[in-house]
Amino acid sequence: MTDVVHDAPLGPPGLAAPPRREFQIVPVAGLPIVGVILVALVVAIAVNKLWALEFFHVAFGGLWTGVDLFLGFIVGPIMGRMTIAARVEFSTRLMPKMVLLMPTLVTVTLVAGWQLASQLGYTSTDYINHDWLVASYIVVGVMAVVALGVLEPANIAVLYELRKPAPDGELIARLMKRFIYTAGITGTMQVATLVIMTKIGSGG
Amino acid sequence: MTERRLPPVGEIAVVSMALIIAGGIYLASHIPQPVSLVPAIALLAASGALVVVNVVLLSRVHDFAWRTFFTVARWASLAYMTTAALLAYVFILNHVRGGALAVTLASLVVFAVNVPLILGFGVARYQPIGD
Repeated sequence: MTDVVHDAPLGPPGLAAPPRREFQIVPVAGLPIVGVILVALVVAIAVNKLWALEFFHVAFGGLWTGVDLFLGFIVGPIMGRMTIAARVEFSTRLMPKMVLLMPTLVTVTLVAGWQLASQLGYTSTDYINHDWLVASYIVVGVMAVVALGVLEPANIAVLYELRKPAPDGELIARLMKRFIYTAGITGTMQVATLVIMTKIGSGG
Repeated sequence: MTERRLPPVGEIAVVSMALIIAGGIYLASHIPQPVSLVPAIALLAASGALVVVNVVLLSRVHDFAWRTFFTVARWASLAYMTTAALLAYVFILNHVRGGALAVTLASLVVFAVNVPLILGFGVARYQPIGD
């Protein structure tokens, strides 16, 4: 990750200050979809059906892991090699969607996961894989600190900068570098999540 | 570069969040079984104290992009209060009661206050003063 980011071309001087773009930082049109998902989650928890809880936890957790791995190890290094102008073009389309997508995936996965674990008796300290479950809490905790403390502020700050009449190319590059590093860290943590969840899922 | 010298609000908020998450992990790894609340209360108190320190530090900053701060913080509050409310819902539904519930709910409140603060400050610090 380090080499990739340091080797990234900044583009010709003319592109250091990318042009202003009109876009929504929070894509309001997506909010009703998030609302429907959250209402469905509440219903699934209220009726406490195993299939519904498994669906929400596995489907959304799989997407969360997949998106983090894809961003951290595929998109991140590619963005690191792009010119500032190309990064700006890509970011203005990707980042607003991430602002809605990631909190939704994380919330649904955690809430459905806790309910599922409670229903299956996994939250009991007597559960054979309880230590693995606690390990998953720690992994999620570390990811939360990295994502909410570093990644997400950088993401939103880039979007705000891009909306200015004369965006600061140097600031965008610095924040994007931070975004790419932290995406790599959360991607690595997601590998640990895969190990833990498959261990718990196998029941052994 | 529009970044300027500001109190370490972001750093303090991250430490505060790490403490509250550690408390949450401690509680989650024990409930619904009976659990000593002392470590969780200590972590909650430390985290809450850092939030208060942050609010005081922020209140002393006059030249700041307050409009941006509150815009970002409002959206983040909507998102992370929803998350906290849903987590509280499943804890209550699964018979977490008494002191454990009180500490869990207080921890979720501190978490839901901290995230908007981190995001609002993390964005507004790069914006022109008064924006």
